[in-house]
Amino acid sequence: MLTIANLSITFTQYDQGLRRKQLAVITDLDLSVQAGELVAVVGASGSGKSLLAHALLGILPENAQLSGTMAFQGQPLTPERCEELRGKAIALVPQSVGYLDPLMTVGRQVQRVGQLNGLPAGPAKTLMKRTFNRYDLPAQTPRRYPFQLSGGMARRVLVSTAVVTQADLVIADEPTPGLHPDVVTETLNHLRELAQAGRGVILITHDIDAALQVADRVAVFYAGTTVEIAAAQDFGTGNLRHPYTQALWRSLPQNEFVAVPGNQPSPENLPPGCLFSDRCPQVTADCRQARPDHRLVRQGWVRCIHAEG
Amino acid sequence: MLKAEELWFRYGTQLPWVVRDRSLAIAPGDVMGLMAPSGYGKTTLGKLLAGYLIPTQGNITLDAQPLPHRGYCPVQIVFQNPELAVNPRWRIDRILREGHPPQLQHLEALGIHPSWMNRYPHELSGGELQRVAIARVLNRHTRYLIADEMTAMLDANTQALIWQVILAFTRQFGVGIIAISHDQPLLNRICQPQAIISLSQNTAPRYTPKSPA
Repeated sequence: MLTIANLSITFTQYDQGLRRKQLAVITDLDLSVQAGELVAVVGASGSGKSLLAHALLGILPENAQLSGTMAFQGQPLTPERCEELRGKAIALVPQSVGYLDPLMTVGRQVQRVGQLNGLPAGPAKTLMKRTFNRYDLPAQTPRRYPFQLSGGMARRVLVSTAVVTQADLVIADEPTPGLHPDVVTETLNHLRELAQAGRGVILITHDIDAALQVADRVAVFYAGTTVEIAAAQDFGTGNLRHPYTQALWRSLPQNEFVAVPGNQPSPENLPPGCLFSDRCPQVTADCRQARPDHRLVRQGWVRCIHAEG
Repeated sequence: MLKAEELWFRYGTQLPWVVRDRSLAIAPGDVMGLMAPSGYGKTTLGKLLAGYLIPTQGNITLDAQPLPHRGYCPVQIVFQNPELAVNPRWRIDRILREGHPPQLQHLEALGIHPSWMNRYPHELSGGELQRVAIARVLNRHTRYLIADEMTAMLDANTQALIWQVILAFTRQFGVGIIAISHDQPLLNRICQPQAIISLSQNTAPRYTPKSPA
């Protein structure tokens, strides 16, 4: 349904006076999503997770240049097509109620999404009520304003905004941080249901634990590049291919709780070779020569010259 | 010993109680974990302990003395979102020097790069800025540290790195930690099992520290 290959995004910034500099915020990003599949995108802040969502929705700032390919249902995704599809075929589950209109009741907002998708007011209202009902929201919820919702209710309203669109691709950007485990599980199950209904779902998160609870596949981003795409079960079975993914898994508190020192390289001075080379325990001279190409190793996708089958 | 006795707090006389009859005590070097669903007053309790809010009833003492009203507070709190905890118009260098300047070794251990010093907060990522907010409290004048969902926004690698630095620092100087979190595996890792407290609506948490101070 969605194929992204070698996507790069560069921002042009003014440095001093009229001198311009190029910031490569995303380099060689790859991702694919099938209908009925939930793909998690995990990585640290600054790894390009949210920029990917912005690119798919066509809401990157004007100083951004894209290269590489993005295709949705077989057709290339141009900025014009993104604008046409967003909120209809491609929908976003926002991060918090901060994305809702604070001065409009949540019922009217969700109904309005239905109307923007071509439904007349009456059926849109019925659909909104049916959706709220399905998520066990109390009968008076449509008349509530965003600030009157508890954390768990807010999550269900935000998922509803995507459900009423009939979108084929749903993107959920960091839907879980700081929530109680019960609410996290509930939110993740709602996303899982969307995939079971035949939609493609992208779950953007920094929480590997949450991702593994519901994802079919996990794409790991580092410094704006995809370093590995693994099946969710590869994590528990130790079948990981990239040193960064292995380090991320080891650093969980329920595992070894050890960290790799250092930081992601800044977009202003990316290393010429592998982007993880300055922190990688397995680094060799070859790693510093050129960006590693992606390869298929043990049924997984990896960008590392040392991964072995 | 940091002691809170029968704390009650509400944000206004007509508003419901957010903190009801909570008591707790923590000794130097202890790591206490605090869990509860959202809306149970965890953050408010943290703000009371750090002197950001004044309890409506009850009192807080540090070694049998009330918390100081001026100067650097020996009880420091680190929040979930560092963007809201720093002055957006100050450069990182000045933010770090607001209290007692941190030592170079702590900056290095946290991976704070010297090139960040001339930047403004919005020019760092959330994980980078949170390290700055933590470096700001790593000095000898901090006696107790309240970590309110301190690493909830961060990836697992950055979370592990930050906690290793903090635990080493608190062990070295006998600093007590209250970690507020929803993350059971994290609390299991950093606290003794008996030091993890689940707040419930009606019962006040009772916790006996391992060593009297």
